[in-house]
Amino acid sequence: MAIELKMPALSPTMEEGTLAKWLVKEGDAVKSGDILAEIETDKATMEFEAIDEGTIAQILVPEGTDNVKVGTVIATISGEGEEAAPAPAPAAAPAPTEAPAPAATPAPAAEKPAPAMRAADPSIPTGTAMVKLTVREALRDAMAEEMRADDRIFVMGEEVAEYQGAYKVTQGLLDEFGPRRVIDTPITEYGFAGLGAGAAMGGLKPVIEFMTFNFAMQAIDHIINSAAKTNYMSGGQMRCPIVFRGPNGAASRVGAQHSQNYAPWYASVPGLIVISPYDAADAKGLLKAAIRSEDPVVFLENELLYGRSFELPDVEDYVLPIGKARIMRAGTDVTIVSYSIGVGLALEAADALAGEGIEAEVIDLRTLRPLDTETVLASLKKTNRMIVVEEGWPTCSIASELAMVAMEQGFDDLDAPVLRVTDEDVPLPYAANLEKAALVDVPRVIAAAKTVCNRG
Amino acid sequence: MAKAPARKTAAPKKTASTPAAASNRETPREPVPYAATPEELEKFYREMLLIRRFEEKAGQLYGLGLIGGFCHLYIGQEAVAVGLQSALDGDKDSVITGYRDHGHMLAYGIDPKVIMAELTGRAAGISKGKGGSMHMFSVEHKFYGGHGIVGAQVALGTGLAFAHKYRGDGGVAMAYFGDGAANQGQVYESFNMAELWKLPIIFVIENNQYAMGTSVNRSSAEDQLYRRGESFRIPGMQVDGMDVLAVRGAAEAALEWVRAGKGPILLELKTYRYRGHSMSDPAKYRSREEVQAVRDKSDAIEHLKKAMIDAGIGEDRIKDIDKEIRAVVAESADFAESAPEPDPSELYTDVLVEQY
Repeated sequence: MAIELKMPALSPTMEEGTLAKWLVKEGDAVKSGDILAEIETDKATMEFEAIDEGTIAQILVPEGTDNVKVGTVIATISGEGEEAAPAPAPAAAPAPTEAPAPAATPAPAAEKPAPAMRAADPSIPTGTAMVKLTVREALRDAMAEEMRADDRIFVMGEEVAEYQGAYKVTQGLLDEFGPRRVIDTPITEYGFAGLGAGAAMGGLKPVIEFMTFNFAMQAIDHIINSAAKTNYMSGGQMRCPIVFRGPNGAASRVGAQHSQNYAPWYASVPGLIVISPYDAADAKGLLKAAIRSEDPVVFLENELLYGRSFELPDVEDYVLPIGKARIMRAGTDVTIVSYSIGVGLALEAADALAGEGIEAEVIDLRTLRPLDTETVLASLKKTNRMIVVEEGWPTCSIASELAMVAMEQGFDDLDAPVLRVTDEDVPLPYAANLEKAALVDVPRVIAAAKTVCNRG
Repeated sequence: MAKAPARKTAAPKKTASTPAAASNRETPREPVPYAATPEELEKFYREMLLIRRFEEKAGQLYGLGLIGGFCHLYIGQEAVAVGLQSALDGDKDSVITGYRDHGHMLAYGIDPKVIMAELTGRAAGISKGKGGSMHMFSVEHKFYGGHGIVGAQVALGTGLAFAHKYRGDGGVAMAYFGDGAANQGQVYESFNMAELWKLPIIFVIENNQYAMGTSVNRSSAEDQLYRRGESFRIPGMQVDGMDVLAVRGAAEAALEWVRAGKGPILLELKTYRYRGHSMSDPAKYRSREEVQAVRDKSDAIEHLKKAMIDAGIGEDRIKDIDKEIRAVVAESADFAESAPEPDPSELYTDVLVEQY
C-alpha cells in the first residue's frame, strides 16, 4: 500500500510553503534519512527527509510550486515488494491539491483581514506608491536603514547573525554590517540585556533582540530597573537609548511558557516607551522611530504576523510618530480598540458587523505607552460605545486600563459599559481545541460589539 | 612597599595571582606595590581622608534625619577606590559600581557638595535630588553609577566595556561589586561574554567580608573570590585592599593586561567595612573586637600615614591636610542642609528624554 508523503509543517506557525526542489524522481529507491526535497518556508529552506523505506511511486506536486498547504500529499512511496510503477488508478492518486485540514493543523489565531474601508494613515500623502512587504521584511528594513545612517546602532541577541535570526527578522544584516554590528550572544538574556543597557549608557544605540519576550522575563530587571529608571534617577543626566524587541504574545501550540502577552507589564512602567505594531508599515515606521528615540523602547512584535504581507508606502525614510493611534476603519456605532494581532480580528469583526448594519470604528493603538487616549476618547465621543480587543489576559490589561480611561475621562459619552474581549484567564493550553477556546477570536469580538450596541 | 606592622588576616599581606592552570595560558604579571612620590602619597591621603570624613558626616546627618532611606557608608574601604581609580585615565576610562558609591565618586574628584546635597535630597544634588545615595551618576566624569540592584552594575559595566571596544576609543571599564554580588548569576553571564569578546574591563570584587550580615564563608562555596573567573579563563588577583599602594600596583598590572587587548581581568580586593551594611544595620553578626582589631591593625589611612612619615612628610603637614578636609566636609554638609529641596514640578521631569 502506498505511503502518502504530506507537506510537512516545519515550524509551529507554518501554514504553507514552496516546494523548491525534488532531490528524487519517480522510481528512485529511498530509505529512511534520505533527503527527498527542499521546502522553503517564509523563514528558511528546509530539507525534507524520508522516514520510510520504499520506492518513489508518484510525485504529485512539481518542484517550484508555491503556497503548498501543510498536509497536502506531495508524493507517494510504495513499500517493499510493491509495484514501483506509478499506479494508474485514480483512487491511488487522489492528488489533493487542497488538503482536508487535518485536526492537528493549528487554526491561525486570526484570518487575514479584509482591508476594506481602511482610513489612510495621515502621514502618508495620497497618491504615494505602495509596495507589498511582510512584517518580517519591514522590521529588517527598518533596522538596516537606521544602521546605515548611524554607526552607533548595533543588533545583538541569540541567533541574530549567522543563523539570520531565529524568526529570520535579522536576515541579511550580518552580510551587510558584519560581526562588529550584528552580534550573536550566548543564551544569556539577563547578561546581554544588561550589557545592552550599559552600552546605551556608554553612548551606543543597541537593538537587543529577544528570541521571544517570554525569555525577557530573565532580563526584566535590566529593562525596568536599569533602562527605564536611569534618566529619572540621574536627574536627566544619563540616558539609556535602547530598543528591546522580539515576538510577544501567543504563537501557535507552543504551550503556556512560550505564549504570553507582556504588553500590560511593560506599559505600566514610567520611563519606558512600549510599541506593539500590527501591520508592516507600522512595524517599519515605528521601529525606525524607536531606534531613533533617546528613550528606552520595548518593541513587541508578533510571530503570527511576521509572515503576513501588507501595503507599505514606497518612500525613503518612512518614520512614524510614537504615541499616535491610527484609525483603521471609520465607523459611527461602536469603537473597537486593539493593538498587534488583535487589530486583524477587530477589522474582520467590523466587516461582519457592517453586514448586520453596525458600523464599527477600529482603532489600532500602535503605541501602548504613552497611550493615545485622545484618539480613543474622540472616537468614544462619536460612537458612545467601546470594546477593547486584546490577545492577552483580561486582568490588569491594556483593556482594563482603557476601560478606566473611558470611565475617568469619557464617562458622559458612554451609553454602555466598556467590554474587554481578551484571552481566557488561564495559562495557554497546548491541546488544539483548548488553545482555540482560550484565545480571543472574531466571533467573540462580534458578540461583544453587539452586546454594547444592545443588539446581542 | 611600605609595610604595616602586624597586619591581621582580614587583609592579606601580599597580592597573589591565579595559580597558572595546567596550560601554557598567559597570565598577567605579578603586581608590585606602587612607588608613590611624596606628592602622590599626599594626594592619596587627601582623597582617602575626604571619603572617611565625608562618610562620617553622612552618618551624622543620617542620624539627624537629614538623609533618608538606605545609606551605605564606605568607611574602611577607602584605599580600594582611591588606589584603583588613581590608575585610570579619566578622559577615556569608565567606572561603575553598586549602591555603596559615595567613595568612588569622591575618588573621582566629584564635588562633595553635590554628592552630600544628593544624600539630603536637594535640588542641587548631582541627580537633582531624585536619585539619592544609591543612584548617583556623573557622565562628565565617566562615572556611570550608582546602581541599587546587587550585581546589575556588572552586566552594565560589561556594556560600557563593549562600547569602548566598539568605538575603539582605548578606554577600559572598571566594574566594582561586592562579595555578595559575586554570587549573582548575571556576574557569570557577564564574565562569559567579556572573555568571549575580549572586552576591556576590570572586574573588581570589593570583598569586605560580609554580604549584609552573611559572611563570605557562609555564602560562597569558593571563598577565594579571585578564582571565580577561572572557568571563564579570566585571570584573577587577590590584593590587599587596605594598602593603597598595593591596590594601585595591582591596578597597573591589570590595566596593562586589559589595554593590551587580552580581555578582562578580575581583582579581589580584601577589605573591611567598619560600619554596618547600611545605616540601619546594627551589625550583630560580628564582634566589636573583630572590627576594632581591623581598625587598630589594618586601617588603610593609618597605614598610609606611616608611609608618608617614612617618606619625610611632616606630621604638621598631615595635620594641615586633616584640617583642610574637615573644612571641605563641613562646607559640603552646610551646603547640603541649606540647599532647597527640588521644586515640586521636578516630580514630572526626566521621566522620558523626548516628548511624544
